[in-house]
Amino acid sequence: MGKRTITAKPREAVLAHRDKLKNLREILFANVVMAGEIPAPTGFERRITRFLSDRFTECGLDNISLDQAGNVAGVLSGKTGGRNLLVAAHVDKIWAETADHTVSVGVGRMSGRGLADNSLGAAVLATLPLILAELEIELDSNLILLGTTRSFGRGNLRGMRFFLENSESEIHSALCLEGIDLGRLSFSSLGMARGEITVEQSSPLDEGSEGGNPSGVVAVLSELVSAMLQINQRESPATRILIGSIEAGSGYSVPPRSGLVRFEIRSLDAGRVARIEREIVALVESFSGRAGISSRIEMIAHRQPGDLGSKHPLVREARETLEALGIESRVEPSVSELASLLEKRIPSLTLGVTRGENRHSPQESIYLDPIFDGLAQLVSVLQFMDTGDFSF
Amino acid sequence: MSGIDDRIARWLETNTFHHSEFWDMQELVRAKKEAGLTISLCIPTLNEETTIGKEIIVFKSELMDRYPLIDEIAVIDSGSTDRTLEIAASYGADTYLSSEILPKHGFRPGKGENLWKAIYQLRGDIICYVDADIKNIHAKFASALVAPLIYRPEIQYVKAFYDRPLALSDDMRPSGGGRVTEILVRPLFSLFFPELTALIQPLSGEYAVRREVLEKLPFPIGYGVETSHLIDLYQLSGLDAFAQTDLDSRVHRNQSTADLGKMSFGILQSFLDRLKTYGMAKDLPELHGLFRQFQAEGRRYEQVTREIFEEERPPMITLPEYRERHGR
Repeated sequence: MGKRTITAKPREAVLAHRDKLKNLREILFANVVMAGEIPAPTGFERRITRFLSDRFTECGLDNISLDQAGNVAGVLSGKTGGRNLLVAAHVDKIWAETADHTVSVGVGRMSGRGLADNSLGAAVLATLPLILAELEIELDSNLILLGTTRSFGRGNLRGMRFFLENSESEIHSALCLEGIDLGRLSFSSLGMARGEITVEQSSPLDEGSEGGNPSGVVAVLSELVSAMLQINQRESPATRILIGSIEAGSGYSVPPRSGLVRFEIRSLDAGRVARIEREIVALVESFSGRAGISSRIEMIAHRQPGDLGSKHPLVREARETLEALGIESRVEPSVSELASLLEKRIPSLTLGVTRGENRHSPQESIYLDPIFDGLAQLVSVLQFMDTGDFSF
Repeated sequence: MSGIDDRIARWLETNTFHHSEFWDMQELVRAKKEAGLTISLCIPTLNEETTIGKEIIVFKSELMDRYPLIDEIAVIDSGSTDRTLEIAASYGADTYLSSEILPKHGFRPGKGENLWKAIYQLRGDIICYVDADIKNIHAKFASALVAPLIYRPEIQYVKAFYDRPLALSDDMRPSGGGRVTEILVRPLFSLFFPELTALIQPLSGEYAVRREVLEKLPFPIGYGVETSHLIDLYQLSGLDAFAQTDLDSRVHRNQSTADLGKMSFGILQSFLDRLKTYGMAKDLPELHGLFRQFQAEGRRYEQVTREIFEEERPPMITLPEYRERHGR
């Protein structure tokens, strides 16, 4: 921990930043629209990283590059360059290439697929050099701006992991940007195991008897999910099994020949995650013994829990900035890029830029006015990171 | 006909551009300054609250804040009852009610009216018109239209054209206009003004024009405004006054066949009027403005009539108020 005495954040300075940043309103909003209208499903982020790369070039960043994982990076060189700060936003979205990505702009809000997760984060990344220039802030440290790929699902944070494993620069501290929710304070990551269970009918179906067939795919999926929910009930609230989706069949009357369950186990205790994972694996194997049914489980992602601690100077700085802005902070453990950073013992936070609603729905919306609170918070925390007066 | 074919082929070679040719925005802004030009962007509106905000944000950010190419962005509205004007103003556009511009001359409802009044209200040497219903808006919708006017002083009028995603095969692109263009306007141009068929989308609502041209053109206030512009300028200056820019794709709301029928009726009125003006058709009867369509309900067939009258505004240069305001 650092030895610096933390004083209350000068409210006036934060508010002045917020107000001045409104000069960049159209530029930022246009970046949100443009980032928002580029489809970027996980693994197919080339167009949006090109967009960021163009923006970085226009801002005169150094060492603009695309790496093997498809991440895009640019460096705003610091006055002394003795340290390296990282600001990252994942650029992939949960939506398919063919989904309508049209953004609509109303009074005080924008709507469209993926705006909150994470077009706004990417747009802030693209605008950050202009934000610092507008506030006449020159950092001593080098500022690395990183758009990461393959964050969601099977992507398993591959972009951030690749960057951290291969970066030639030592990262001294980092921020991850998420579009929503302003006020979130993520300084810890949950242990997590993510898996997919496939159930298949391996013998021919007895037509017409599926509804009452206890070994049918639907019946097995139902029993399986019930058993997983029972495990969930048994555990403390700090440990959860989340059933993200159940897929089977395509109509009304034809029994499905296969089904799929996607789930995550989350806990602050890595041991519990591992134990529950073993339990679910055994459960799935037990169904495979049933006549006419085969089942298998594939674990596709794991995270180790990590925690910067609520009293860490970086956390206190972020909390005090939110207080200065009149925003209540909310502790929210993360399972995204922050996990990789904490695993490497890099002091890091995830911040939300604004408020919004309907996350992960076609009507996903972000509110525009609070964005400037989010930017003021980002700048304030970045300036603190630049002092370098802390360790993990 | 080979002379016409040759002229069209030459024109396509020299006066048809792709937006990517104008990628260098810094150079474009430098050339604009050197030419001493000012540019106004005009967006005519009527109830466009779902798309107007995005258009303003993108144009203002990219063509005013980042690259100072456009000197003013104006929304000229026919009397929207939704939040079009509020949204446009909140993102920094100058907003005007068409009825409040040149009030002595009254107000006619129609897009052409807004385009005509823009010539009085706006200050630019070039006016770039962009429709408000574009879903996939990008700065090139304006920059790539004004660019030929900046780089080529002899060009007076630049039209946009777009890909239409129909039956793409090998390297051939469809290069077609909309339904009204292909079924009505192109056949008419082929018969009477064959060189104008070189304009791939003559009805496109995105075009940039020099003020000294606009102020001399009469303006039908309705559907016929684009067609009559093309004919009038062609008669005045020939095909070489035109250019066109490929903007790749444009996503917008589709119109019903019945609406396209009304549009075609208005365009045809303007077209026939031009034939008379230029002595190309004799003994045409006096045209009325009653358009007849039919709808069926079971076995009952009902006539639906609508008055569509292509009233025209005179060339702006003939108005004393205009000459005084713009020192002409």
